[in-house]
Amino acid sequence: MSVKYTKEHEWVRMDGDIAVIGITPHAAEQLGDVVFVELPEVGASFDQDADMAVVESVKAASDVYAPISGEIVEINNAIVEEPAKVNEDPAGAAWFVKIKPSDTSQIDAMMDEAAYKDFIG
Amino acid sequence: MRYLPLSETDRKAMLNVIGAGSVDDLFQDVPADLLNPEINLPDHKSEMEVERALNAMAAKNVAAGDAAFFLGAGAYRHHVPATVDHIIQRSEFLTSYTPYQPEIAQGTLQYLFEFQTQVALLTGMEVANASMYDGSTACAEAVLMAGRVTKRKRVVLSGALHPHYADVTRTNAELIGQTIVQPDPGVDGAEDLAGLIDDETSCVVVQTPDVFGRLHDFTKLAEAAHAKGALLIVAFTEVVSLGALKSPGEMGADIVVGEGQSIGNALNFGGPYVGLFAARKKYVRQMPGRLCGETTDAEGARGYVLTLSTREQHIRRDKATSNICTNSGLCCLAFTIHMSLLGEAGVRKLALLNHQKAVKLADALAAVPGVAVVNDAFFNEFTVRLPKPAVDVVNALADKGVIAGAPGGRVFPGAGLDDLLIVAATETNTDEDIAAYAAALKEVL
Amino acid sequence: MSMNDQGRPTRGQSVDMADFAPTFTGNRGLRLKEDLIFEVGDLETTGVDVPDLDDTPSRLGGVQRADDIGLPGLSEPEAMRHFVRLSRNNYAIDMGPFTLGSCTMKHNPRLNEKMARVKGFADVHPMQPESTVQGALELIDTLAHWLKEMTGMPAVAMSPKAGAHGELCGMMAIKAAIDAKGEGATRTRVLAPESAHGTNPATAAQCGFTVDDIPADASGRVDMAAFKEKLGPDVAGIMLTNPNTCGLFEKDVREIADAVHAAGGYFYCDGANFNAIVGKARPGDLGVDAMHINLHKTFSTPHGGGGPGSGPVVLSEALAPYAPLPYVVREAETFRIVENQEGDARPFGRLTAFHGQMGMFVRALSYMMSHGADGMRQASEDAVLNANYVMARLSAEMTASYEGPTMHEALFDDRFLKDTGVETIDFAKAMIDEGYHPMTMYFPLVVHGAMLIEPTESESKRELDTFCDALLFLAREAKAGRTDRFKAAPRFAPKRRLDETAAARKPILRWEPPVEEAVAQAAE
Repeated sequence: MSVKYTKEHEWVRMDGDIAVIGITPHAAEQLGDVVFVELPEVGASFDQDADMAVVESVKAASDVYAPISGEIVEINNAIVEEPAKVNEDPAGAAWFVKIKPSDTSQIDAMMDEAAYKDFIG
Repeated sequence: MRYLPLSETDRKAMLNVIGAGSVDDLFQDVPADLLNPEINLPDHKSEMEVERALNAMAAKNVAAGDAAFFLGAGAYRHHVPATVDHIIQRSEFLTSYTPYQPEIAQGTLQYLFEFQTQVALLTGMEVANASMYDGSTACAEAVLMAGRVTKRKRVVLSGALHPHYADVTRTNAELIGQTIVQPDPGVDGAEDLAGLIDDETSCVVVQTPDVFGRLHDFTKLAEAAHAKGALLIVAFTEVVSLGALKSPGEMGADIVVGEGQSIGNALNFGGPYVGLFAARKKYVRQMPGRLCGETTDAEGARGYVLTLSTREQHIRRDKATSNICTNSGLCCLAFTIHMSLLGEAGVRKLALLNHQKAVKLADALAAVPGVAVVNDAFFNEFTVRLPKPAVDVVNALADKGVIAGAPGGRVFPGAGLDDLLIVAATETNTDEDIAAYAAALKEVL
Repeated sequence: MSMNDQGRPTRGQSVDMADFAPTFTGNRGLRLKEDLIFEVGDLETTGVDVPDLDDTPSRLGGVQRADDIGLPGLSEPEAMRHFVRLSRNNYAIDMGPFTLGSCTMKHNPRLNEKMARVKGFADVHPMQPESTVQGALELIDTLAHWLKEMTGMPAVAMSPKAGAHGELCGMMAIKAAIDAKGEGATRTRVLAPESAHGTNPATAAQCGFTVDDIPADASGRVDMAAFKEKLGPDVAGIMLTNPNTCGLFEKDVREIADAVHAAGGYFYCDGANFNAIVGKARPGDLGVDAMHINLHKTFSTPHGGGGPGSGPVVLSEALAPYAPLPYVVREAETFRIVENQEGDARPFGRLTAFHGQMGMFVRALSYMMSHGADGMRQASEDAVLNANYVMARLSAEMTASYEGPTMHEALFDDRFLKDTGVETIDFAKAMIDEGYHPMTMYFPLVVHGAMLIEPTESESKRELDTFCDALLFLAREAKAGRTDRFKAAPRFAPKRRLDETAAARKPILRWEPPVEEAVAQAAE
């Protein structure tokens, strides 16, 4: 399945029945050098759009919203230890969390790559 | 007018460049009927006239140095070396701003880094911030921080916490739905704070030396708090005590707050003072206030910047750890200078000297018929019980040139502690002051 | 003739500096590097001769400190040198223009300092018997009178310790007034323009309110249509800065006040920019319910590298009963400090130990009496004139965000730097090389790459002309593609550009003993 995007500049990619979630390269660039990442605990459940994680640069602090409802099954501790990775590979190795979705139709409603590119202009 | 450089010629030339006919044209957005209201205040005055008027007011006060002075209760009279006041009046410190442009504010930033280190060492904690307004607001901020760390809303305060600290904390914490639990104040017996901590408790706030001057070791209380997932906040009002006493960090405190006025700062009728705030490193992102950190510049040289600013209001706005925007800049510089002049040797000796003065004072007052010293142990402040209301005694002694202490009825109004008097001694008190106090007290009782 | 064979050269020779290695010491002439106290001092040295102890027995009750604190000491000459060297790495108003917008960096008269140090003010304890502090209470009462008169407001709470603390005081009074009407559970929303200082939303949140942003209109002011749409029975009030953070007077301020009051809410005015209108307009006439006054901005008490501040809050009749403890009352010829609830007053609580920033009160009153009513009005006029002059001159090369006239500060954005590769921060750092403290940058958030310039009334025309010439030169340099001077800046400051990212990623917040020393200590 292809990558989908939210208006909050997050991406979602299905890997089997698990959704991998991260922030877009556009968001990472706007933030500047990322200095701190705070991730939720494995096992925590979130409703769509709830505050789930925090990402900070020197000049900005942003909440990362849960793009879909579900339960956290894995978190990427590598970006907590080395926040710079978020700038290096936001679309790949610097994913944030893996969620077991409770409603996959939420993903269908998101933008595809072309629509997201339009969205950020 | 001596503070204004523009001449009438300048003003006209500038209006021409702007293309305005008059200065009031520049105020065109102010509703015309409200512009230039009549102000019923005197016009400008010469330097000499202002001095005369203000000196006349100052002369109506009794300066502490002109009395036999034994008042503490949260603010202490110490000798401040002349060097301190000279340095803080240097233009580069006095007339600079918050170090937002670090390349031209390294003077401020380096002393803040030194200050943070001194405070961390004194309190026995891992990190300290660049200061708060004063001890009481630092205490309130610590309680709010404990709420963020534990995500709990029940706060236990010791009854022997300085009542101003308790009131400021209550005013701030109750607004956001926190509940305060506090035993009545009293000097007799120990309070069972551990018994008040439950699974909903965010923190327990205690003080040593406490408001009555009693000394505590909170090691066991720290264990009890931690067992319930609550934080221990230790407050102090007399920072010199840390030169002689076991540090709160060693007792297991999670956050330490206190008043730093004693080092480097005058009494100033209550302000400005300097709030000290230290914590365990793992909580640093929940700390309020400014933090200075070490880094390097483009040539690899060591330098300092304000850091972890994303906690603060100018970035996080309504989600900030605090709305605080200033620190106590110059007061914190005064602290840093005085503390570096004292050093280890000086601060430990100063602390013991304060204690010796207080022991002598306690012995002298205990010898006055009808007076009982309540504390077994104390640092430089203790409580005596008098045979009549302390407020009356203090007023009578003021007429005899003795500022005798803080009456229980003023510190804890309506708490039935009217016969208590909280008395402090510092290195500034002479043996003659102490003898004069005891003699005058004997006369008025 | 007699020969002088002491042939000292009396002219310098031109040599290419690029070939020179760094100095041995790391110093650069008058620019002296200075290590930390912890590297300079040691545990034995002291710069204070504390009188000797005697054999009075201790009554510390078993909680004595057992270990070293680890605090190094400096002798007096070492301390003097340490801090004087540090001081020389700071920029200051006394050195040159310090045009930080929203910060009002005006001249700090030394008479203020002298008066604050008079023993009758400085050496007085806040808990002394009232009979011994009548002059201190009189000073507070007199300053309160001046502040009320200048603002046209009936009451003032003196104890807040800084501007943000004053905001807290004002919003707590509003919360108390709402609670008293039984509306505490329903009036929970506070409106604030998106251009507001960060302290506004932070304060509202600290009082338990939620914050709702009001957009700005094309002229940089409150969008009245959007504002009115947001009003409702759940609105506790509005927090508005006037003049606003774009330096503009909110023309519709009376309409805003009336609308908020009609909706049952209160009008909090952020007084950070009061310096523009002192003596020219009174907040009390504009419908304000509460406004803090930054004594360290408007009334010249020193900023001191970040504090201490002082933020008394003037209050309307509606909010006056809720003012915090303590406060001073005048009774015939004597003054009294009220520390507990009495009479009809319903204080919302206490904001700080004791009575507020007395040291700052003395300085502020010293300034106000010096200027007088006439001088303060002239000062505001000069502050506004200076800002408009800067705006007029700089508009030749830089892009002003909004049409003037402006009030006491001039707002520019980075449109004039478009496609130059130079950003606002680079421009600001290049100003450092020209000998100026940069303006406020990247605030307010409503324009891109903001540069907010507040010259204050303390700058002469000559100083402003040089300042404007320098900025115009830099703007032309940027447009001409000479980006190196910007990217490399600052070149002549005590430090080159500092790495804030590294500082935040691995925070080092205090000095730690070098590792070998720590190992040696552990072995002892």
